[in-house]
Order: sequence, then structure tokens, then C-alpha cells
Amino acid sequence: MWEQIRSNQIRSVVLTIGMGVLLILIGYFLGMAFDNAIAGLVIAISVWIILSLVGYFQGDSILLSMSRAKKITRDDHPRLYNVVEEMKIASGLEKMPNIYIIDDPALNAFATGRDPNRASVAITSGLLQKLNRDELQGVIGHEISHIKNRDVLLMAMCSILLGTIVILAWYGSRFLIFGSMTGSRRSSSSGGGGGAQLIILVVALVFMILAPIVAQLIYFAISRKREYLADASSALYTRNPEGLASALEKLGASTGQLKSANKATAPMYITNPFRKKGMKASDLSSTHPPISERIRILRAMAGASFIDYDQAYRQVHRGEGVIPAASLAAETVPVKTIKLEGETGEPNEIQRARETSDVMWRLSNYNTITCDCGAKLRVPPKFKEPIIKCPHCGRTHQV
Amino acid sequence: MPIAAYVIIGVVVVLLIIFIAIYNGLVRLRNQVKNAWAQIDVQLKRRHDLIPNLVETAKGYMKYERETLEAVTKARNLAQQASSAGAGERAKVEGELSSALARLLAVVERYPDLKANQNFLALQEELTSTENKIAFSRQFYNDSVLRLNNKTQMFPSNVIASMTGFKAGEFFEVTVAAEREPVKVSFTE
Repeated sequence: MWEQIRSNQIRSVVLTIGMGVLLILIGYFLGMAFDNAIAGLVIAISVWIILSLVGYFQGDSILLSMSRAKKITRDDHPRLYNVVEEMKIASGLEKMPNIYIIDDPALNAFATGRDPNRASVAITSGLLQKLNRDELQGVIGHEISHIKNRDVLLMAMCSILLGTIVILAWYGSRFLIFGSMTGSRRSSSSGGGGGAQLIILVVALVFMILAPIVAQLIYFAISRKREYLADASSALYTRNPEGLASALEKLGASTGQLKSANKATAPMYITNPFRKKGMKASDLSSTHPPISERIRILRAMAGASFIDYDQAYRQVHRGEGVIPAASLAAETVPVKTIKLEGETGEPNEIQRARETSDVMWRLSNYNTITCDCGAKLRVPPKFKEPIIKCPHCGRTHQV
Repeated sequence: MPIAAYVIIGVVVVLLIIFIAIYNGLVRLRNQVKNAWAQIDVQLKRRHDLIPNLVETAKGYMKYERETLEAVTKARNLAQQASSAGAGERAKVEGELSSALARLLAVVERYPDLKANQNFLALQEELTSTENKIAFSRQFYNDSVLRLNNKTQMFPSNVIASMTGFKAGEFFEVTVAAEREPVKVSFTE
């Protein structure tokens, strides 16, 4: 049951190799601009290797600093830390991932890190205050399963491959147009073969235009498959598909776009950060399956196992399942009983919002003093006076 | 050298590789089961450590719940004494502790002052999370035991398992009915 990912990994690897072939062809055609195909190949492959090395060793820190994520400890937000630890235990992950909060009202979360021993999960402050404990568990379960299934590295490497193809094709097509002018002059002086070369140049140019589009479609196909798998794993870990379903419902209802996300980092998030409302179910140009569909599948699950997810998927899609057959050997597992919001004395949305904003202030080195009148004083790190007066009731406090 | 010799050597090498792969797989699973058990142990100990604090904090507010509080303390002490017992015995006493705790957390709803206490809220979050962690580590442990047991019983890994002395693991099942069903809290009183 826990090895479910293997056969899917093979499919992903085949698709990735397909992207690699595209890269090599681009390099080859690029070389034609210089009348030297080998040089083109060398350029293409070295650009890719350099970008991959940077991505492998620094990708997670680049992504986290780009999204302005702040690392938290257990004391900063015990509930979030506990939920991550719970999912770490449920998934059998060996090392506790680092936890980050992004100060953004948009609702989103992502996982990063090249292997399960160096992994991080990040969540926006908006999502953190919107979700109750069960929903948070579902979302974190989804992210942890991206780590556990090693999707994170695969998607990072794929996006680097895609980026290389896009860059090379952009420059390549311009080199070709420019190069063909000088090249045709040269070939006419050497005499003959001009027509054949022109045909090859046209083919190369068409290829340069099509390659990035094809690469992108391959990339999206890999990404969408992984999202379904992560949903299925989250349901299995939490034994509670409803938690993730109801979290996705909240995510789907919001239209806010994440400020710090960009096209390159989009597939890392739990929902597409650039999503528009009413996207078509069979949209090929999306990194994520439509949220409504993911919710429908989760809600149609009879139990919490991969079999149940696969059956629910077939029910919604009327066709082929999404989980590889090899992993379906395990029997169904029952769903945990669902608690109502607030029943177990957990904080409601207002309390969660206060709690989250306290954390965000503290992470920006602000000191919070609660006055006896109920007002909260946020003391900026630059404040040097020993005493501060409450603007609401006039009491004085030691800083 | 005859071709038959090469074939025999080839077959032996392939068999050896298969043997090593299956054996290593078994060892990995056995270690996973051991680690999962250690994780359950950590979480159960954590719960034992949390309970005295929780009872102390609750005592001041819950004047009429002495029996409930005492039941929790008693179940906790019994569970702590059984901490070196086998999986089956431990599951029983820990199950009883879980149901005693669930009863306590259910009556907390009647004490708004206690529910507003920051210290208690933090303890409650810790306890809820520890309960979850126990459940999740049990879930992972049982899944690992199931896989190990399948391997030790199914061909061809069962041959290697019996040759190298692998034994089936013991499941950690909770036998107390109260923990299986959620506690119903009535607000109509």
C-alpha cells in the first residue's frame, strides 16, 4: 500500500524523458544556427545542468525566500506544529519537516525540499486562520504526501527542464531567424544546398515554437496526476476525506491571488494560485485538477483507502482510475468519525485570526503587550522607550 | 568450458541477488515496525506526562467532578505501570485511559471558566494532539505489521523469512469500545 507510487513514478519518468528529448532536439536545432549541431547540444545540456544543480541544492531556499515565508517553531503556533507532526507520524516520514508561514491573506499552501530529510511545508496566514483542525490536517496531509511521494523533487526538476526548454526555444528561434540571413549568404557563396538548408531551418523554427508548448502540456499532465495522488494519500493518512474536502471548499470559494507566487512556482501550491473561477474540467493548460472535481471525488469516497479513492474517481470520471493497479491490493479502511466545528472546544475563526496575527507580529519582531483594558499593544522593534502608555485607557506598561 | 556451467553460474547469481533483495526488504520492514513501536511508546509516555498537569489545572474549576478526575489519574497510573508489557496488554490499559480522558474532556464543556483558561487551552491542544499522534502512530504501526506479516507468510519471501528467523508482529488493537465511538455531549441539560 505504501509503495503505490512506484508504478506512477515510472510513468512520470517516461514523461520526463520525453521532455529531455525535447531539450536535446532544441539543442540540436539551435546548433544549426551556428552550422554546428554539437555546439548547440553542449549549450543546451550545460544550461540545463547548471540550472538543475542550482535547483537541486538551493531550490527550496530560493522558493521560500521568494514567497517571503517565515520559519516558525513549536512555540509560535503549537496547533500548526502539532498537526504537521501528526501527519509526519501518519505518513511514516522519518524527519520533521520545517514549517513556514507566508504572511498573505490568500489561501494556499505548498511543500518543498529535495528529499524527505530536507523538506519544508509552507502555509499562508490566510489559510491558517480559515481552517479548523480537521481541515488543516487534510491540507498538511496533502503537502506531507507530496514530500513522502517525492513529488517535490520531481516537480522541481521538471519545472527546471521546462524552464530550460522555454528559454532555449525563445533565444533559439531568434538566433535561427538572424542566423538564417547570414547563413544563406554563406551557403550561396559555397554554392548549392541552399534549398535543403532552408527547409531544415523552417522545420527547426516550427519546432522551436512548438517545443515549449508540448513541454508545458507534459509538465501539466505530470502535475495533475500528482495532485490526485496527494489527495488520495491525505485521505488515507487522516482517515478523514471530509477534512480535505471541506478545506478545498474554502480554498475554492476564495478568489484572492497569491502575491508572491509566479508561473514557475505555481504547481508547488495546493491549489493553482492563478486560478480563475469556472475553469473547465478538462482544461489541459492547468497545473491542478479543478477544485470542484477534487471535492466531488473526496466526498464520494466510501472509506479512506486508495481503493475508495480510485472508485470515487471512476464514479466522477466514468472511466479509467487514477491510482496504479499495483497499489490497490489493500482493503478499504473506515473513515474516522467527523466532529462538528467547535464541538471539541477548538478555537473558532475569530480566535484563530487573532492567534495568527499574534504570530505574524511576533515573527516581525514586534512585542505584544496585552493591557488590562483588553487592548493589545504592538511594540515595534525600533521602540526604545522603557515605558509605553496604552492609547485606549492610559495605563502604562513596562516594555 | 561448457555452456551449461555458465548457465548454472548465472542462475546461482540471479538466485543470490533475489535472496539478498528479499532479505533486505524483510529487514527494512522489521526496522520500520520497531521504529513505529518506538513512536507509539514516545506518544504514550507524553500522554502520561501531560495528565497530572491537566488534572491539576482542572481541579481548581471542576468542583463536582472528583470521580471523573480520579478515574483519569487511576487509569494513567495503571497505564504507566504497564508500560513495559506487550502490545496486547498495553493496548487494553491505554484504551481505558483514553476513554477516561474522553469523559473528562466531555464534562469540560460545562465549565466555561475552565474553557477560557489559557493554560488549560494549551494543555487541551497538547492532549488532543497527543491523542491524534497515538492514533496515527498506531495506524502506521499496524500497517507496517500487516506488511511484515504478509511478507513472512507469502511465497517466496516466507521461505527466506523462516530460514533467517523472522517472526510475525503483534497488532496494536484497541479493545475498549468507548474509544471507538465518539463521546456524545448533550447541551440540553
